[in-house]
Amino acid sequence: MPSIESTFFDIGTMDRISRQDTFVHRLDPRIKVLTTLVFIVCVVSFGKHDISALVPFLVYPLFLVVLGDLPVAYLLRKVMLAAPFAILIGIFNPLLDQEVLLRVGPYGISGGWVSFFSILLRFTMTVGAALILIATTGYHAVCMALEKMGVPQVFVVQLLFLYRYLFVLVDEASRMVRARALRSFQGRGSGMRVFGSMAGNLLLRTMDRAQRVHLAMLCRGFDGNIRPFHPLKARGWEVMFLLGWSALFVVMRSYNVPRFVGTLIQGFIS
Amino acid sequence: MHMADALISPAVGGTLWAATAGLIGYSSRKVKQDMDDRRIPLMGVLGAFIFAAQMINFTIPGTGSSGHLGGGLILAILLGPAAAFLTLASVLTVQALFFADGGLLSLGCNVFNLGFFPCFVAYPLVYKQIVQDKISQRRIVIGAVLSAVLGLQLGALGVVFETFFSRISDLPFATFLLLMQPIHLAIGIVEGLVTAAVVVFVWKARPETLDITLASKPAGTPSFRKVLAGLLIAAAVTGGFISWFASTHPDGLEWSLSRSTAKEELAPPKKGLHGWLATLQEKTAFLPDYGFRGSKKEETSGDAWPAVDPGTSLSGLLGGSLTLITLVLIGVLLKRRKRHHAQH
Amino acid sequence: MSHHIVEVKDLRYTYPDGTPALQGVGFRVVHGESVAIVGANGAGKSTLLLHLNGYLAPKGGEIRIGDYPLTKKTLQTVRRTVGMVFQDPDDQLFMPTVYDDVAFGPLNLGLPPSEVESRVLNALSVVDTLHLKNRPPYKLSRGEKRAVAIASVLSMSPDILVMDEPTSDLDPRARRKLIELLKTFTHTKIIATHDLDMVVDLCERTIVIFNGRVTADGPTLQIFENQAVLAESHLEKPLGMQGCPVCRASAASARDRRCQ
Repeated sequence: MPSIESTFFDIGTMDRISRQDTFVHRLDPRIKVLTTLVFIVCVVSFGKHDISALVPFLVYPLFLVVLGDLPVAYLLRKVMLAAPFAILIGIFNPLLDQEVLLRVGPYGISGGWVSFFSILLRFTMTVGAALILIATTGYHAVCMALEKMGVPQVFVVQLLFLYRYLFVLVDEASRMVRARALRSFQGRGSGMRVFGSMAGNLLLRTMDRAQRVHLAMLCRGFDGNIRPFHPLKARGWEVMFLLGWSALFVVMRSYNVPRFVGTLIQGFIS
Repeated sequence: MHMADALISPAVGGTLWAATAGLIGYSSRKVKQDMDDRRIPLMGVLGAFIFAAQMINFTIPGTGSSGHLGGGLILAILLGPAAAFLTLASVLTVQALFFADGGLLSLGCNVFNLGFFPCFVAYPLVYKQIVQDKISQRRIVIGAVLSAVLGLQLGALGVVFETFFSRISDLPFATFLLLMQPIHLAIGIVEGLVTAAVVVFVWKARPETLDITLASKPAGTPSFRKVLAGLLIAAAVTGGFISWFASTHPDGLEWSLSRSTAKEELAPPKKGLHGWLATLQEKTAFLPDYGFRGSKKEETSGDAWPAVDPGTSLSGLLGGSLTLITLVLIGVLLKRRKRHHAQH
Repeated sequence: MSHHIVEVKDLRYTYPDGTPALQGVGFRVVHGESVAIVGANGAGKSTLLLHLNGYLAPKGGEIRIGDYPLTKKTLQTVRRTVGMVFQDPDDQLFMPTVYDDVAFGPLNLGLPPSEVESRVLNALSVVDTLHLKNRPPYKLSRGEKRAVAIASVLSMSPDILVMDEPTSDLDPRARRKLIELLKTFTHTKIIATHDLDMVVDLCERTIVIFNGRVTADGPTLQIFENQAVLAESHLEKPLGMQGCPVCRASAASARDRRCQ
């Protein structure tokens, strides 16, 4: 779990990045969401020992990163922060699958290692795709896209409210943690009971706030329906964007381009 | 524990997403029907609360390690199953989008594992039954601990099944199960105690907040008791049977990793470990047809896509490295050029 | 025009746990008046305010807003007429962007999109925050949040503005800006506040509340000169009326010198 202070900045940073004005940022959010989904499904559908066929898929994140002017180092760092879990599970593969799959000179590489690297590659690409989606589209736009694509309005409103009050609550929680830190010594004072009353206090204040927000909504005529949504218009060429990339993904999924290239090179060498 | 896109197959991911989407639709309808529009801001703010509360860590007595709140159970207690499910789903969505927590395809699995079981199973079948008629501190604690354990055991079971059926990881079903369940028993106990601590606090300070959900009665009580009994037994068997494994390290996977391997060193001692795991699998002989020791042909994807045969992978390796290098070079050059242009 | 009149008669209210909050409050505010409601913490100011737009229902007494007695049926109409601005702007700004928040009210009133747009832009320019219209609320400073919160109420074109502690938490400049802004409003204004100096600047009439009862109701300066009433209600004179600290200090030292 990230630390409280860093969360604040993280979400704020992603928010700022998503407000840049580039070709990619201006695309209709639904297009970006759908293209990302096709991308992820294709990547994930590869067999466990595929590595080379996966590599060309990098062209899509690369495209977005370059055209969207995204900070690569920052995004890579976030991906790596989340990597431990996948590594934890994936690391069993080299232990369990010892059959040699590949010989490079005198070295034999086991299927386990191949699948492990495949897992790592998959992880980077899929998780990276999600981050890039937010970085190029912004949370609100993604929510609006979801609503237009049929996600129940109640859930989308929930997503919006959550985001809105995230900052407020993370701020309150971080103040509590700081106060606790200043008064606890050698691990005393940070046990479960203290947590219970910290969280309990925060919870009560939160529920009071919810009541006040509700009042504010009522005062402005709230009747159960939220109507915040701006109209979205996807232009024809944007749909081509989606179709074009999807077609490319399908082609790359069906044919192992790097292997083809490699065979060619091998042919030249020998 | 979160699933990750890296370990999932489209079939499994898609199935779980279908289930989750259905649940989101159902819960949305229920919340809308509820007509209590206080709930709308409350759900949003409570979601933010859970998010923030998950970042406050606490030390667990008897060990040096720290734990975090999960939150599904608390939400269910405060909001009722449907609203709690939506709230938790929204929290997990934000985490997937901003913190690379797993990914978008496995989001469906995560919402199901961490949301469905506590909100729709553990809460109504366990917690509510215990606390319904007479609310007291003891009942809250017992109810919370049992529900949390049940919810987490089922959730962990979900992770194991999803990983197994995706066939990306080589972990044998039984081994994974033996690793996950006991750890999650311990995590469940801690989660239950912490949830109870918060609920008791709120109950003592402002009891009327808990009235929201205790008001409605669950439908058809007798048969639920049987289901409850069955589920509790199942959870007890999987978790309790191997409870000598249980320690109170909350980040269970890290702990099991360090116990069953020599951490980062994955060199020679493999043989011994490998042998141990193999014998373990043979001994437990769980679903022997799904043996992972079979040929690689079986292991590669059995779906309709043309399977990429790893046998000729040398060319693949060559071509792949070339492609990778090319793409990275292009990317770096383009970025450099952009920055160069931007400065002038 | 009669719909700007706020009339409260013998208002009584008790909290759910039994503590009496208002014990017979009565007053009448007419069109265009600017009234301050002052009192110690816990005197009942906020509770009183919450009655004015029907959020709380009185246990006794009557409230009339314009021609309408405040009942369940007239709630929606009243809420259109009485715009309430809260103490904590974070409670009031809950939409994704400033524009959405200010548009929330008009949209709920069922106005057509073009009308909504013009109302929003108008409200935002009145409070001088038009440049913030696409910002999310958490990226605003305190002063900006307050201004936007006011805009979110203005866009509904209320006739009566009710505000709870509008200047708390503001730095001197933002506070001054807000006071100047409020001076330009011709709405009927009812402001609950601790900021007695703002009251002197802004409100010609003051109502003092203590222990759920009105202890004074009259022209502002008159009330603030009445030490007895102020002390009894746990208040003191506005700082601006307490004499210049520099002069006081030199007078004191002059006295000391004379005594030696």
